[in-house]
Amino acid sequence: MSAIKLTIDGKELEVAAGTTILQAARELGIDLPTLCHDPELPPNGACRLCVVEVEKAKSLVASCVTPAAPGMVVHTESERVVRVRRSILSLLIANHPLVCITCEQTGSCKLQDYCYRYSVTENEYVGETKELPLDSSNAFFVRDMTKCILCGICVGKCQEIAGAGAIDFTMRGFITNVGPAYEDKIEDSTCVFCGLCIDSCPVGALVPKALIGKGRPWQVEKTKTICPYCGVGCGIYLQTRDNEVINVRPDFDSPVNRGHLCARGKFGWDYLQSKERLTTPLIRSEEVFVAVGWEEAFGLIVDNLKEIRSSFGPAALMGLCSPKASNEESYIFQKLFRSLGSNNVDSYSRHCHAPAVEGMTRAFGGAAMTNSMEELVSAEAIFLIEADPLKTHPIIGYRIREAIRQGTCLIAAQSEDTGLSDIASYYLQIKSGSAVALANAFAAVILEENLYNPKFINKRTEGFAAYSSSLGPEVVRRSLELTGINEEQLRSAARAFATANSAAIVSTAGGVAQEGGSLLVTALANLALLTGNLGRENCGLYLPYSENNLQGSADMGTLPALLTGYQPLREKTVRDHFSRAWKVELSEQPGLSAAALFSGYGNKTVKAMLVMGENPAACGEHREAVTEVLRNLNFLVVQEMFMTETAMLADVILPAAGFAEKMGTYTNVERRVQLNRAAIVPPGDARPDWAILTELAGRLGFKWEYESPEDISTEIAALTPQYAGISYERIGAKGLQWPCPHSEHPGSKYLYEGRFQRGLGLFTPISMDDQAKLLFSYEENRSAGKKTLCNCLSDSMRNRSVISKL
Amino acid sequence: MLKVTNSKISLDQLSAYRERCKEEFAQKADQVIILVGLGTCGIAAGGAPVMQAIQDELLVQAEAIKQRALDVVVRSTGCAGMCEAEVMVEVRRPGGHRTMYGQVKPDLAKRIFVEDVVGGNPVEDLIVHREEPGVKPGGVLAKQLRIALDNCGYIDPEVIEHYIARDGYTGLERALSGMSSQEVVEEIKRSGLRGRGGGGFSTGLKWEFTHKAPDEKKYVLCNADEGDPGAFMDRSLLEGDPHAVLEGMIIGAYAVGADEGYIYCRAEYPLAINRLRLAMKQAEEKGLLGENILGTGFSFDLHIKEGAGAFVCGEETALIASIMGARGMPSPRPPFPAQRGLWAKPTNINNVETWANVPRILARGSDWFAGIGTENSKGTKVFALAGRIKKTGLVEIPMGLTLREIVFDIGGGIQYDRPFKAVQIGGPSGGCIPESLLDTVIDYDSLIRAGAMMGSGGMVVVDETTCMVELARYFMKFVQSESCGKCVPCREGTKQMLSIMERIVSGKGEPGDIGLLEELSAVVKEGSLCGLGKTAPNPVLTTLRYFRHEFEAHVEDHRCPSGVCRALMNFFIDPEKCRGCTRCSRICPVGAITGESKKPHSIDADICTKCRLCLEKCRFEAIIV
Repeated sequence: MSAIKLTIDGKELEVAAGTTILQAARELGIDLPTLCHDPELPPNGACRLCVVEVEKAKSLVASCVTPAAPGMVVHTESERVVRVRRSILSLLIANHPLVCITCEQTGSCKLQDYCYRYSVTENEYVGETKELPLDSSNAFFVRDMTKCILCGICVGKCQEIAGAGAIDFTMRGFITNVGPAYEDKIEDSTCVFCGLCIDSCPVGALVPKALIGKGRPWQVEKTKTICPYCGVGCGIYLQTRDNEVINVRPDFDSPVNRGHLCARGKFGWDYLQSKERLTTPLIRSEEVFVAVGWEEAFGLIVDNLKEIRSSFGPAALMGLCSPKASNEESYIFQKLFRSLGSNNVDSYSRHCHAPAVEGMTRAFGGAAMTNSMEELVSAEAIFLIEADPLKTHPIIGYRIREAIRQGTCLIAAQSEDTGLSDIASYYLQIKSGSAVALANAFAAVILEENLYNPKFINKRTEGFAAYSSSLGPEVVRRSLELTGINEEQLRSAARAFATANSAAIVSTAGGVAQEGGSLLVTALANLALLTGNLGRENCGLYLPYSENNLQGSADMGTLPALLTGYQPLREKTVRDHFSRAWKVELSEQPGLSAAALFSGYGNKTVKAMLVMGENPAACGEHREAVTEVLRNLNFLVVQEMFMTETAMLADVILPAAGFAEKMGTYTNVERRVQLNRAAIVPPGDARPDWAILTELAGRLGFKWEYESPEDISTEIAALTPQYAGISYERIGAKGLQWPCPHSEHPGSKYLYEGRFQRGLGLFTPISMDDQAKLLFSYEENRSAGKKTLCNCLSDSMRNRSVISKL
Repeated sequence: MLKVTNSKISLDQLSAYRERCKEEFAQKADQVIILVGLGTCGIAAGGAPVMQAIQDELLVQAEAIKQRALDVVVRSTGCAGMCEAEVMVEVRRPGGHRTMYGQVKPDLAKRIFVEDVVGGNPVEDLIVHREEPGVKPGGVLAKQLRIALDNCGYIDPEVIEHYIARDGYTGLERALSGMSSQEVVEEIKRSGLRGRGGGGFSTGLKWEFTHKAPDEKKYVLCNADEGDPGAFMDRSLLEGDPHAVLEGMIIGAYAVGADEGYIYCRAEYPLAINRLRLAMKQAEEKGLLGENILGTGFSFDLHIKEGAGAFVCGEETALIASIMGARGMPSPRPPFPAQRGLWAKPTNINNVETWANVPRILARGSDWFAGIGTENSKGTKVFALAGRIKKTGLVEIPMGLTLREIVFDIGGGIQYDRPFKAVQIGGPSGGCIPESLLDTVIDYDSLIRAGAMMGSGGMVVVDETTCMVELARYFMKFVQSESCGKCVPCREGTKQMLSIMERIVSGKGEPGDIGLLEELSAVVKEGSLCGLGKTAPNPVLTTLRYFRHEFEAHVEDHRCPSGVCRALMNFFIDPEKCRGCTRCSRICPVGAITGESKKPHSIDADICTKCRLCLEKCRFEAIIV
């Protein structure tokens, strides 16, 4: 791109070809007024407020849509420009209710600011104003379209980014409006309440209900933190006033969400202020819970744990750690149990993702999403199989939509329609349960048509011979029966996938957490290995987790047989290393897994448990068995925000702080370690889990000297190779992606460049019979399978939030 | 010899095939051809019963026809352009003898059949136009030159062979016989053809942009979303000669490198759409459209997209959005469609009349075309002549004629020979030109200098009975309700302008209003996104420029000089003149007029709705306004 020299307000500058005058002016720090401009939407040119005077041009030009040209001389605030801007503002306020006194947007309203800037005070134009009914039909936000200035940004966000297509311009001329089709209420439209429109509205036309009357912008504190719901880890700003959260706005600078959110992040925080929050420690007395002070609660816990440990041995103690706990909390949680001599540490919620972990570990040696979400945008092809990211991980859905807009070929294989089906280049409507057969058939076609990557296979993989011989011609034939698609569909889609220079594979919980999930993960890993779509940019295997810190929790060693960074407990050097650092002896006996505990193998040895933020008694199809196991314990402690089904079974309940009430780091699905900051103080006597654990450890006789989560993170870095270079200071606003082996390392966008964690990538053949069986078993367990979707944790938050109405 | 068949023909067979068509459709010595104008206009005027009457007569007179050894052929044709003369019937005899009858009713058709067709004696009192071989046509056609409309009203638009026999597809034949696409572009550039949709941009240059755009996939589009009030050039052309547009588009597609195209036609033109569909089917059957055209390997796939009734969809970026299924809203240029148009591919878009000129330029050469017109405006322009003029209709004139020649020589002057006041050119984007500028030459640049614009070709002539302020208000109302609502100056600015105009015509104008209108005009013109907004103030501005006194009369004296704006009128009866004939009180629909017979009557101003019926009924000029 050649550079273009131009002059703006007397200052010369050089910009790349294609730069608009607006962008160039902003480079110079000139604040051109805009109402309809949004950097991520196609140029709009509607508000005309950004007009500038270009010497020798016939008329004023809209700077947002006019490319800079060589030698251009631009005046941004000439008399002529200001005159037109003032007229435009006058025209706008002539048809805008001047109710600024009560308007929620006052103080952050662009129209207000610009009228002030250009001294547009009283209106020279009088005339008709719009009369439109207020739409407060939904639980989330109010639409006052009389305030709408028709900038069109909300329409662009809804259609281009979210793909909800709930609103568009309606009518023509003066009565032009923005809204759902047929003047419907927003609630009756296809709106998904992602809130993208609200956070980009320049005026007060769209206001979250929770915000109304709660504070002016200048009265509100903003705290940058991380959304507590899914594994995407969106950057958010909590807006608080008087120790109360009143609104959430997206972080427009976050590399994760770039200003995007979904309904959970935008509206799902109100559980923090639920009346059901636990505010004091509770102990069971007969059949009722009695509020006590921390002193008494800790005393009871210490006595019981000590007694059980001495009577039954350390292995009688077990801890379940929530994947919603921070890295620091997860780390000291497992440290506490291991210090007590027990390796019985696990997370029951992780159970739902076990197939993904199992399948990926077998193939690569590690169980993390291989590439970053942003890379999806640049992938040449995306193979989406049994996934509905717009519902489960909306940001990933938005990125896929963005990729398609830029020309990426989407191959969607789904048993049910999703918001992405319509815009896929290849849409394969497969029978439910046949995803493995389809993935395998892809591989068979790719082999048969010589579209695989022999160079990659030779250099980076093993097991190819056995794998390729398992993919005979009958595989294609059988898979057509199993999937129900025709051969032409199969072959053209497989070709599109294999011939792309970079192809990513995406499958979310819907695909992986179902029965036979690990087979699907294996089939997909095989496919990625076969086409060499690993170890480089814009490709890889995306199996995003459903909980915000499921990745980090596992990284922190809340696993029965692994220490932090997946260092195997069975290795003596590892144990010695940790023993020295922690100044305790580590047991070499691998711990019990949550699955094993609840399936009945462990309930004889485990006598006391600490459950931190998990709710296994409400989770999954084995709820009754789980409840039975918990009920039979000698002693159960639960750290919780709410009186959950699990807490109901406890002997002691400790009130815990929510995400907005504590500091800590979370690791998202793309291994990005991000900092969560406290915005408010916990209600009543509730305390952050890290503080509870630290106190408890002290009372149990361990000399931990953590003043803050940051102290813990320093220790994590020292003991975890992948986190070695990560510190609060370095995390900054954008986070750091592990592996980050030293303090100069920039972090890793993608994994396995040059080497897999296990050395070579492993192909694993999948038998045809397994696939066929899967189809039938899935059909039988279809409804049951859905319930195992791992969102029971978020449910305890969601059920106490307005988003439960979605 | 090649037969007139439905099989595909190849490039080297085309000219022989054309000769065959010429022979087949040439008028034989014993042939009398009767043509009935069945465009939308002809049908609306009652063309179908006339056609039926002629066909009935054909049977009734079978014996007489046989006796005289005549071969009577009845055909339908498109609009000949003489609106006030619809239904038109032409009797064509061998050698170029054409007799055109106007305002034909079924009984008159019978008379024409008996007296002229069978009897050989023209029905003189019904003749509106006559052509004899070797004689330059007189009357309305005297100063016209028909290029785009050449076949309209002459051929049967539903028969492709008629078009071919009139040297149809000669231009395409030439383009595909050894001319490179670049050469075709050059030929159009040399011809000096400019866009007939209104903007007047060089067609050749436009083609060149798309031609040079580096993309495999390109589109050509035809803008047939004719929407200016009073304009119907495109409709007549599509109804009367659809193949000319098709051929133009095929040549254009070849020149720019497109293999697919759309005709965006407003859904309110069902006959045009049907005829286009039929024409496309015929052209495909002949191998002139679709895959492997004329066996040359060049392919062009054409579709029709019906518009949904938004005026703004005539703006090219809005039109493209509409084809793609989005709301028809203009988007900023650049990028121009030639860079990034339909489905983000390079796209060339021209209007119907422009496309219809293309085959003629290719067939007869750019020099021929460039020889017509003025220095910077070549060829002809079709206008829809309407308003208070004697002969309304479609006219095609060479560029360079004056407005006076159109209004008085072609249009026959003002109805009832009232004084001429102004001519409104260019529809909602144009302006009105007063008598002092009647000698303005018709070309793109002169009209802009006069404050109007060529526009798509609407031309409304007004006389002293038209209020210029009300006319400007009408256009303002039109653009306001058709504004897409996207940009602020157009959406809000035109609304403010309209409010002021409404205020003025209802007698509530305030002293600052004219200044405010001028100020708003400047903002709307300077600030709007697309052509619709940028030109929206033109009708008001030209009216202010040439008829400011009318504005001032409304605002300052609360008076409408033309006696049109009802709110400014008061009707009363001059007792001196009233004879008490009661005609007025009997016609008054609201009972506002009372009075005894043979005594002066009076009007109750509170009841009077100013409908003017009494004014028209009074024989003593006693009603005073």
